[in-house]
Amino acid sequence: MDNANQDRRGFLNWLIGGGVIAFLGSVLYPVVKYMVPPASGEANVSQVKLPFKLKDLQEDEKHFRIFKFGRTLGIVILTPDNQIRALSAVCTHLDCTVQYRKDLGLIWCACHNGKYDLEGRNISGPPPRPLKQYAVHINKTTGEIIVAEGQG
Amino acid sequence: MIEQKLEPKRVGKGLYTWVDERLKIATLVEYMSHKVVPKHRGSIWYYFGGATLFFFVVQVVTGILLLLYYRPGADSGYESVKFIISEVSFGWLIRAIHSWSANLMILAAFIHMFSVFFTHAYRNPREMTWVSGVLLLGLGLMFGFSGYLLPWNELSFFATRVGTGMAGALPFVGKFLMTVMRGGDDVTGATIGRFFGLHVAILPGLFAVLLSFHLFFIQRQGMSEPLEWEKGAAGPRKYYPFFPNFLMRELLIWLIMLNILAVLAVVFPDGIGVVHWPLGQKADPFAPPPPVIRPEWYFMFAFQALKFMPAHLLSVEGELIGIGVMSLGGLLWMLVPFLARKNMEGQKPILINAFGWVVVIFIITMTIIGYILK
Repeated sequence: MDNANQDRRGFLNWLIGGGVIAFLGSVLYPVVKYMVPPASGEANVSQVKLPFKLKDLQEDEKHFRIFKFGRTLGIVILTPDNQIRALSAVCTHLDCTVQYRKDLGLIWCACHNGKYDLEGRNISGPPPRPLKQYAVHINKTTGEIIVAEGQG
Repeated sequence: MIEQKLEPKRVGKGLYTWVDERLKIATLVEYMSHKVVPKHRGSIWYYFGGATLFFFVVQVVTGILLLLYYRPGADSGYESVKFIISEVSFGWLIRAIHSWSANLMILAAFIHMFSVFFTHAYRNPREMTWVSGVLLLGLGLMFGFSGYLLPWNELSFFATRVGTGMAGALPFVGKFLMTVMRGGDDVTGATIGRFFGLHVAILPGLFAVLLSFHLFFIQRQGMSEPLEWEKGAAGPRKYYPFFPNFLMRELLIWLIMLNILAVLAVVFPDGIGVVHWPLGQKADPFAPPPPVIRPEWYFMFAFQALKFMPAHLLSVEGELIGIGVMSLGGLLWMLVPFLARKNMEGQKPILINAFGWVVVIFIITMTIIGYILK
């Protein structure tokens, strides 16, 4: 008799406990899912035409510009040997936007003093990985700059 | 008859009797009237909790006032703050007081916490008061972090990007946490919405609950007495009554602080030195960050310590190790009352004091280096 009661009590505990957990789960699941924003409508692109021309970059005394590359940012640089280079502008450390320092001949992140060379290799400071390089195509006649996925 | 009724004393007494008949508050008043505060060399430290509370009240009042005009969003956040400080009568003053009081609240909370730590007032039976206090400080820092973004200027944009990026560096949950905090892949108008909700609804709610517990514990247990008294070393113990002696002193201090706040806000509405909040330029996601980017002073030590971490340490990202060690330190700090139990039985809790000094020296050194090094 006692044993049967124990079994019944145990069974009920399981049932109630399981019910509570299932209930909490069914409440929390939609809440957590709700907090995660839907994926951005903006697609990631593989190639963009920059909204400025080669001449603008050459005349810009900072010798670099930041541009939008799909959902992320890119940086295009006029190097001292007059080449045009494009890389990801998002620092691999903590997502700051990098900039080109003409005086240092480096790509530099102001947030934590991270340094990259002009190939995007992380050479000093906290960045753990190199910056991604993009391929650059320049239309010689119009001066349009086209940046695309893939090594330059 | 009528004249008698209007006498304030009579009215007060009548009101008291009316409430007492219904709620039986006489026992409560009796209890409160016996409340005492220990009088000793360290009595000054008792005022810092009250100071923190005072600044919190100022934050609530000025925060509600700012809410009348502030509009969250990437197209309106910056503009509405600009409107507040340039068009609204005394808007600049309200924002200045909110910013000054925020900084002073954190400062007072730090002083309060370290004074409790080094006088070992967290010891049995006040462990829960300590834990609730550390959690309150955590909420206070979250208030600071979330409020910082709301003006949507250059500095706040990058500070938030770095801060949320730090959460993103955590293993396993990092990406999820960062997306939830940012409301997307990057810091955008969606992030303002979330931080705004956090700053004006979620955090105040949580804070109010925790603060009620914190204050209830203190009322129930009374002020902590010095460790020496417990060990029976010192001479006669002295106390003063809470009502009115301590309360009057506390009110006087609050009045002085209100005046200091007013002077600071009027003379330095944009802050000064390392506590500086000029509105500046509107956030531009395309622009690289301004050359000197710094977090608020109370995050500086963590920011600087992470800067010192190498990119990799034994093939783990240095960032992660830094965050891990500091989180562990914070956890240990919160659990100090439980860890210190054994240590407290000796004559002097040397180990715990040493831990405290290491933390203090670490924070101060890192903060100073952070401001000196470029």
